[in-house]
Amino acid sequence: MDLSVVDPVALFVGLVAAATPLLFAAIGELVVEKSGVLNLGVEGMMIVGAICGFATAVKTGSPALGFVAGAAGGCVLSLIFGVMTQYLLSNQVATGLALTLFGLGISALIGQPFTGVKSPTMARLEIPVLSEIPLLGRLFFSYDIVIYLGIALVAAVWWFLKFTRRGLVLRAVGENHDAAHSLGYSVVAIRLAAIAFGGACAGLGGAYLSLARVPQWTEGMTAGAGWIALAIVVFSAWRPWRVLLGAWLFGGVTILQLNLQASGFLSWLQSLGIPAQAQYLSMTPYLITIAVLVVISADGSKARSNAPASLGRTFTGSG
Amino acid sequence: MTEPLLDLDGVSKSYPGVKANDDVRFSVDRGEIHALLGENGAGKSTLVKMIYGLVRPDTGAMRFAGAAYEPAGPVAARASGVAMVFQHFSLFEALTVAENIELGMENPPPRGELAARIVKVSKEYGLPLEPDRLVGDLSVGIRQRVEIVRCLLQDPRLLIMDEPTSVLTPQEVEILFGTLRKLKSEGVAILYISHKLDEIRQLCDRATILRHGKVVGTCIPAEETARSMAGMMIGQELAHPVAGSFSPGEKLLSIEGLSLPALGQFGVPLSDISVSLRAGEVLGIAGVAGNGQDEFMLALSGERTCAANSIRLKDRDVSRMGPTARRRVGLQAAPEERLGHAAAPAMTLSENAFLTGRVRKGLASNGFSKPSAIEAFAKDIIKGFDVRTPGTATLAGALSGGNLQKFVVGREVLQEPVVLAVNQPTWGVDAHAASQIRRALRDLAERGAGVLVISQDLDELMEISDTFAVLANGRLSPVRPAAGMSIEAIGRMMGGDFSVAESGGEHAAP
Repeated sequence: MDLSVVDPVALFVGLVAAATPLLFAAIGELVVEKSGVLNLGVEGMMIVGAICGFATAVKTGSPALGFVAGAAGGCVLSLIFGVMTQYLLSNQVATGLALTLFGLGISALIGQPFTGVKSPTMARLEIPVLSEIPLLGRLFFSYDIVIYLGIALVAAVWWFLKFTRRGLVLRAVGENHDAAHSLGYSVVAIRLAAIAFGGACAGLGGAYLSLARVPQWTEGMTAGAGWIALAIVVFSAWRPWRVLLGAWLFGGVTILQLNLQASGFLSWLQSLGIPAQAQYLSMTPYLITIAVLVVISADGSKARSNAPASLGRTFTGSG
Repeated sequence: MTEPLLDLDGVSKSYPGVKANDDVRFSVDRGEIHALLGENGAGKSTLVKMIYGLVRPDTGAMRFAGAAYEPAGPVAARASGVAMVFQHFSLFEALTVAENIELGMENPPPRGELAARIVKVSKEYGLPLEPDRLVGDLSVGIRQRVEIVRCLLQDPRLLIMDEPTSVLTPQEVEILFGTLRKLKSEGVAILYISHKLDEIRQLCDRATILRHGKVVGTCIPAEETARSMAGMMIGQELAHPVAGSFSPGEKLLSIEGLSLPALGQFGVPLSDISVSLRAGEVLGIAGVAGNGQDEFMLALSGERTCAANSIRLKDRDVSRMGPTARRRVGLQAAPEERLGHAAAPAMTLSENAFLTGRVRKGLASNGFSKPSAIEAFAKDIIKGFDVRTPGTATLAGALSGGNLQKFVVGREVLQEPVVLAVNQPTWGVDAHAASQIRRALRDLAERGAGVLVISQDLDELMEISDTFAVLANGRLSPVRPAAGMSIEAIGRMMGGDFSVAESGGEHAAP
């Protein structure tokens, strides 16, 4: 066994990058769910964002335009979901699943000419002085701008939901759409706006995968990241800062698992007679999510669990 | 004489098959607590919904503070100075008191200032609130305070309260009355909807009484007795019972000392109910809604089981049996709520026929349903009870209220129950369908079954019942023959005073 391969600083830097696509998708989905809509199409919106972003960046040579296109792609796809569920009153779960399948298909179609192409890379944000501080510089000031944007977005969502009137109205709509309607708020318009925001965020997350993380285009490259984002929202109990924690945890486990495999940690365990497999490590985030869910629901009242009470319920507007 | 604050001039509103309000005229003055009194279904709710802008009147005019008043919606009504506290609150449980109040205001002040105003105003009116508490953690009485304070912060000129005390403890009622009197002294007009006569006598300056959508009287409650107001509310003429041919047979159902705890926070506990029902008897049970009717029905149907030996059907103890077992021995029930309780709206009529008819009509064998038998049973119901529908494959939810009710009652009647219990058999049903349903229930009794009818429609009970009792606050009055019941006696029994029924003698002897 050679644990020296595992460098804690590199590990942290790696996990922050690995967590960023999850962070974008999850914070967007949090806003959607806070408005009372369950959009299971996160995976589809991410992969469409990934290919839209990648294709645009390759054609224009500008990663920045790529991110804008990724957000737009996810947004457009989410609005299909929005129109179906809010105006045509289709079932949210079924529509969300269909959106994922549709997204995977259409991204493969768009992506065919881009397989194996290299994308223009993004310049790292070199903050003068700060990034040169010995340890802290590498830990905190060595990332590209999108990572900082993601963290800023978490702060913005937190502030919006907690301190603004529009945020309060959004939460009210997710809590009791009939009461919000009787007080004169437009449930459908507010939900459509939340869905579009969630789509744009998922698209950004996907674009980060294809433009910065990997960076190339492979069919189905999100590989379940959208589903993990959905799990993170539940894990976070619909609280923005916990989304950041959850994304880092899930991202961290991925990175740790890769590092531990490289270090021979697993074969060392196996030599001790412990039947360790890499898959056990990949499972842990999901196990933690289940454990958190159990703890939340064991704790009595619905209000405390913080789940939006109208989540997934269709609003018919007759209230 | 100054102009009244609110003036209604000949307001009418019809819904298909029912005239909810017919040429209603009354007025409310500034600084007056005005009661709107009437039985369930008398049209009180529709009337206040029109004043609050939720429903538009068909004809007639309203004036508010000297100007024509036609609110396009609640926002417009609030802007004119009309505020309303609903019976079922429009609150958000996961939000704090302050957030809930902010959501109901058009131009809320900044958060910190709003919290301070909530504390100040709520103290001033004797309804102290903590702005940072989650509404979900508060008791029903405190939640109502949140709604009231939300209204007060907008300086209303007219406050509408829809049965505010139905969810309050006596202490909370006292506090509420204090607040309302203070508002009155400040010149705010209050329109107070209730059917609790004692409260109205204590609190209100004037009362307008509605019956079948019409104003039937105005009075000064302090000068009236609860009995005389009940008389106006119920009406002076009662139909004479048709029960001339009443000759009861053997005892079918006997209930002894039935008690059940309340279900949920709005429930009423049943306490020590004893009654018996004989073959050929129609027993009518009257009472104001929310006095234990739902709980009694659940106990009869078997949806809630009760202590052993409290309910017996022909000497067989059915107390611990569930609904299917009770149907098998012949105790059947048709609950009040048609959609979702008596019938599954998204299922077809034949499927709904199968749901309760399976056991007694033998619609299944060895775990398989028998489609042709089910079809035949559904067709029998449709034919026998004049259910207007394209066919047995129609969804139950697509039928009109009256047609579905005929189907629901017909489904139970055709299974030839030993005892049938029905709750509000003609609620929201047009007159023709209602008379068919009543005829069917009478016929069932004449064939030797026992029928127990719970209803809030006294005319209906007087029309079909042989014997009569009142459910008040979870207790059942002694049973009396329906013939010869006076309005006065019924009014007192509904108020919980059973001495009239007791002095009236034992169970109707044939």
